[in-house]
Amino acid sequence: MGELSRMWREMPSRYRMQGDRCGNCDQVYFPPREICPVCHRDSIGKMKDVDIDGAGEILSFTVVHEAPPAFLRQKPYIIALVKLKEGPVITGQIVDTLPEEIDIGTKVRSVFRKISEDGKSGVIHYGYKFVPE
Amino acid sequence: MSNVYVIGGGESKYGELWDRSLREIAVEAGLKAVENAGIRTKDLNAIYMGNSLGGLISKQEHLSALMSDYAGIASEHVPSMRIEASTASGGAAFRQAYLSIKSGEHDVVMVGGVEKMTELYGTEIIDITSSLVDREWEAFNGATPAAVAALSARKYMRDFNVKKEALAAISVNDHANASLNENAQYRNKITIEQALSATPIAEPLNLMDCAPMTDGATSVILASEKYLKEHGTKGVRIMGSAISQGPFALHSRKSFYTVEPTIISTKKAMEQANIKHKDISFVEIHDSYSIYGLMALEDLGFVEKGHASEMVENGIGINSNLPVNPSGGLKAKGFPYGAAGVSQIYETYLQLSGKAGKRQIKDATCGLVHNMAGSGAASVVHILGVD
Repeated sequence: MGELSRMWREMPSRYRMQGDRCGNCDQVYFPPREICPVCHRDSIGKMKDVDIDGAGEILSFTVVHEAPPAFLRQKPYIIALVKLKEGPVITGQIVDTLPEEIDIGTKVRSVFRKISEDGKSGVIHYGYKFVPE
Repeated sequence: MSNVYVIGGGESKYGELWDRSLREIAVEAGLKAVENAGIRTKDLNAIYMGNSLGGLISKQEHLSALMSDYAGIASEHVPSMRIEASTASGGAAFRQAYLSIKSGEHDVVMVGGVEKMTELYGTEIIDITSSLVDREWEAFNGATPAAVAALSARKYMRDFNVKKEALAAISVNDHANASLNENAQYRNKITIEQALSATPIAEPLNLMDCAPMTDGATSVILASEKYLKEHGTKGVRIMGSAISQGPFALHSRKSFYTVEPTIISTKKAMEQANIKHKDISFVEIHDSYSIYGLMALEDLGFVEKGHASEMVENGIGINSNLPVNPSGGLKAKGFPYGAAGVSQIYETYLQLSGKAGKRQIKDATCGLVHNMAGSGAASVVHILGVD
């Protein structure tokens, strides 16, 4: 309810995985950050948009059986920690596969998918999920 | 600076208290604590309330003022505020109360912890409790607190070749201890086999790896050394107190089964207390999920990383070398989020003053209390001891 602007302003990161690169140390961040936790004030004004490729590897995963209302129709679903090629680790769903088909170390790639919806008449939230390569 | 003591406490029953409201249980715990400590409400210099989800579950904020009013002491104008630090709200509120006395500003302070978690139907509570993790970058994608704990669990089990039995042992111990605690939510003992065969929540974690949704409130009273001397009151001394913070989301951390804030808070609190691990008689640890119990024993420094399974296999019961969670822990005494940290302190007070009844640990002189926020964004560590 009433989540329109909260979702809308994240579109670049959710839809095409736009992150940040610190202009001081070159470290890439996703989700985006305004301050580099390594360079602190030296990074201010130097964080530049960077597009994440979407290739990564599973570091850990779980199969979720008890889900919040927005995800009830998807359960059981796989949530994983994915290490992206550029360095950051993120949390996302693994889809188009079965838990038995994946493991720690499985190579994955991001896909653009529907994540959830804001009730029956609200906006639909889109974002990234991952499929095995 | 003044030494600070816990001089009493009290609590409501822990469980699914459908017939009782948020304000009722908070007031019950507060008034029991006042009575137990032998003080009058007019002696209170301040009240700190630990609460995590009152705004989201009961749609009520500013609980501290509401509780003061419903305790009948609005006319006494006691300074009161709510402290929020997710599931470490109770520990954080306790630390604020401690600091306020340590600074010399206050002499007698109440710490309350309350959470009313069974108000909602169905799975709505899972969305609300997902405010513990990063809403935009974890929960948005369907990660729940249980899922995030499960990500730690799978990686931990794989890297150290740890079997599910080691995780289950944490929950089995909690239930055994809670069977001796009349305020506990679950007083039934469980076996390892029962723990292993429960319904899955977020694999590899099942229902018996996850602390329950609990309604409950606990309060404790803190006082300065000056107050104790003037009134001839006895108490348990707060020997060390620390809170520290780290990366918020699990995916931002260097290790997925190490909570750096726990390591740092423990080091600080132990330095203040000037004690070594062998001096600690028992611990109350934050095992909201069984895996966090194993991780805590390691991060607190009782055993090397990856070796907590050996420790739990050797026994962590009330008669062991290092009793863990004599109260019944978050899994079996119950897990009212913002109250949990105060509940752990109250148990530690009871043990150290020889008032723990059937679950009394013999010769307990020093207890360590570990209260963690969410998946480990912050950890509060307190050390209490007898003088």
